[in-house]
Amino acid sequence: MRRAGALPYLLILPSVLFLGVLFVVPLVQTALLAFQEGGTWSLGNWHRMADDLNFQDAVVNTFSVVLIVVPLQCTLALGMTMMLRHVQRGRDIILWVWSIPLGISDLAAGLVWLAILTDQGWLNTLLFKLGLISGPQAWLTYETPMVLLAGIIVAELWRATAIVFVILLAGVQLLPKEYEEAAEVFGASPWQRFWRVTLPLLRPSLQTALILRTVLAFEMFAMALALGGRNFPVLVSEAFNWQYGNQDYGVAASYAVLVMAISIAATLIYLVALRVPAEQRA
Amino acid sequence: MANITIDRIQKAFGATRALEEISLEVHDGEFLALLGPSGCGKTTLLRIIAGLETQSGGRVLIGGRDVSALPPRKRGLAMVFQNYAVFPHLTVAENIAFGLRMAGADKARMQRQVERAASLLHIGPLLARYPAQLSGGQRQRVAVARALAVEPAVLLMDEPLSNLDALLRLEMRAELKAVLAASGTTTIYVTHDQTEAMGLADRIAVMHGGVIEQIGGASDIYHRPRTRFVGGFVGSPPMNFLRLPVRGGQVALGGLTLPAPATAAEVVLGLRAEDLQPATPQDGFAFELRVAEPLGSHLLLTGTTEGQLMRVVVPYADGALPQPGQVLHLRPNLDRLNWMDATSGVALETRA
Repeated sequence: MRRAGALPYLLILPSVLFLGVLFVVPLVQTALLAFQEGGTWSLGNWHRMADDLNFQDAVVNTFSVVLIVVPLQCTLALGMTMMLRHVQRGRDIILWVWSIPLGISDLAAGLVWLAILTDQGWLNTLLFKLGLISGPQAWLTYETPMVLLAGIIVAELWRATAIVFVILLAGVQLLPKEYEEAAEVFGASPWQRFWRVTLPLLRPSLQTALILRTVLAFEMFAMALALGGRNFPVLVSEAFNWQYGNQDYGVAASYAVLVMAISIAATLIYLVALRVPAEQRA
Repeated sequence: MANITIDRIQKAFGATRALEEISLEVHDGEFLALLGPSGCGKTTLLRIIAGLETQSGGRVLIGGRDVSALPPRKRGLAMVFQNYAVFPHLTVAENIAFGLRMAGADKARMQRQVERAASLLHIGPLLARYPAQLSGGQRQRVAVARALAVEPAVLLMDEPLSNLDALLRLEMRAELKAVLAASGTTTIYVTHDQTEAMGLADRIAVMHGGVIEQIGGASDIYHRPRTRFVGGFVGSPPMNFLRLPVRGGQVALGGLTLPAPATAAEVVLGLRAEDLQPATPQDGFAFELRVAEPLGSHLLLTGTTEGQLMRVVVPYADGALPQPGQVLHLRPNLDRLNWMDATSGVALETRA
C-alpha cells in the first residue's frame, strides 16, 4: 500500500492557514473588542448600542426584511423551478435571464432601483403619465416607511431570488423522475405530487438555500443604504455608522457580534428543522 | 371487465419512429409480456398505456373506456417501475398506502389493504422501516405491494426484476406469478428476458423495431416463430437458420430431400437446437463439430452444416465428448421444420 504520509496535510495547510488566520483572528479580536472597554471587561458597548435611537429601528427593519423576503424568495424560486421543468424550448434563455441579477453587485442593483423609485424616477414618470399622480412623489423618505420597506423588499426579491432558484433547480434535477411518475400513476394530483413527493425530497436543497439566503439577508447593507440611506437603518449599516461615523469601534464590534449570533442561530434552526435523517435519504 | 385495447398506437420522437401502428388486445385477467431487445419500443408502449408518455396517434382503451387523453391518475392502473421508485422519505407502510391515501380511502380500509399486501409479499415485519434500510429485493417487494394495495384493474410492470441478482430473480418470478394469478389482475409486463416472459405470461408479444413481430403463447413463439427475428431472439441457443437452394420444387439437405414450401430460388430452414437426432449419412445431414460444451444435463455442440453455423443440443450421455473436427450425422424432427422466406424472413405457411 502506498503511504500518503504528511503530503496531503502539507498541501492543504496554506488554504487552512489563510482562512483560519484571517477568520479566527479577526473574530476573536472583534469579540474581545465588543466585550471590553478601556482594557477591562465591560458590557458598556452593548448598553450604548441598545440605548441608541436607531437600534430598535435597525433590529425591526432587518427582521422585517428577512422575514418577508426569505419566504417570498423561496416561494418564488420554487415556482420558477417547477415551471421551468415543463418548458421544452427556450429553457436556456429563460435560465439565463433569471440568473442575470446574480452577476450584478448589490450596490449597483441598489442604484438601479434608486433610479426607478426616486422622486424624478421612472416609476413616478410612469405614474404621472398614467395620471395617477400630479407631481413628483417621494417614496423613499421617513414619512413613507411602508413604501420604503416595500421598495427594498421588491428590490431584494429582484436581486437575490436567482440564487435560491439556482440551488433549488440543481436539487430538482438530481431527483429521479420516477418518483413523480410513480406519484402520478398512484393517483396524486399535481398539487399532491408537489407537497407529498417533490418538496419533501427537495429538503436538503431547500435547507442550503434557506441558510445561505437568510444569513445574507441579515447582512443586507448596500441595498438598504442605496434606497433608504439613513431613513432605513439596518444592523450592518449601523455597525458601519458606528465604525466610521462615530469612530466607536466597540459598539461597531457589538453590532458585528450580534449579527453573527443571529446568523448562527438561524443556521442552527434550519439545520434542525429541515434535517433529513440518514434512513430517509435516497 | 378490464381488458385493454391498443388501437393503432404510434409514437415518434422527432424524426425517429419509436412505434409503428401497434394494435393489441389484452383480455381481462390476462398476463401479457412485451418481450424484445432494448430499443424495440416495449417500454415506450407501456408508458403510453400508463399515460406517462403521449402517443403521436391511436387510442388506448381500458375496460372499454377511451383513456387516450386522460392523465395517469385517472386511468385506474398501478405500475411497478424498473428502479422501484419507492419513496425514500416514507416508511414501507406509507409507501404501500400511498395510492389509497391519494384516493382518499378511510383509515380502516387503508390499514387492512396495507396489511394484506404486505403479508402477500412477506414484508409484514418491515412496515415501519424506511426504504434505505431495505435490500434491493425487499424494495422490489414494497413496489409490488404498493401496486397491489390499490387493487388495480390493470397492473403495468416495467422490467421489475432486472435489478435483482439471478437467484433472487428466480424466487421473485415464481412468487409474482402466484400472487398475480390469485389477484386476477390484467397485467402487462415488459421484459427483455425471454425466460421471464415464457415463465410468467399467458401470452407474449415479441417486439422489434417498433412493431409486434408475433404474439402468442410461449410454445407457439418458441416452436413456431413467425419471423426469423423471433426465432433468433427467443430461445437459448437461438434457432438455427440454414439458407438452402430450391431445385425442382425440392430442397436437398445432406441425404434428405424435403418438399420445397415455396417457388423461390432460396429458402431458409429454421431448426431448434434440440429438435435434431443422431442419424445415418443416408437419412440425415452432415454436421462438422467445432466446439463441444458440457452444460450439465445437456451438451451444446457448435459446428457447421452446409458451411453455415449450427448449434445442436443433445442430452448428456456417459462416455467421451465428441471431438472437434468429428463429423456427426443428424436428422431434424420433420414436424418441427420452420420454413422462412429468404429475403423477408417471414415464416412460410406449410401446414394445411
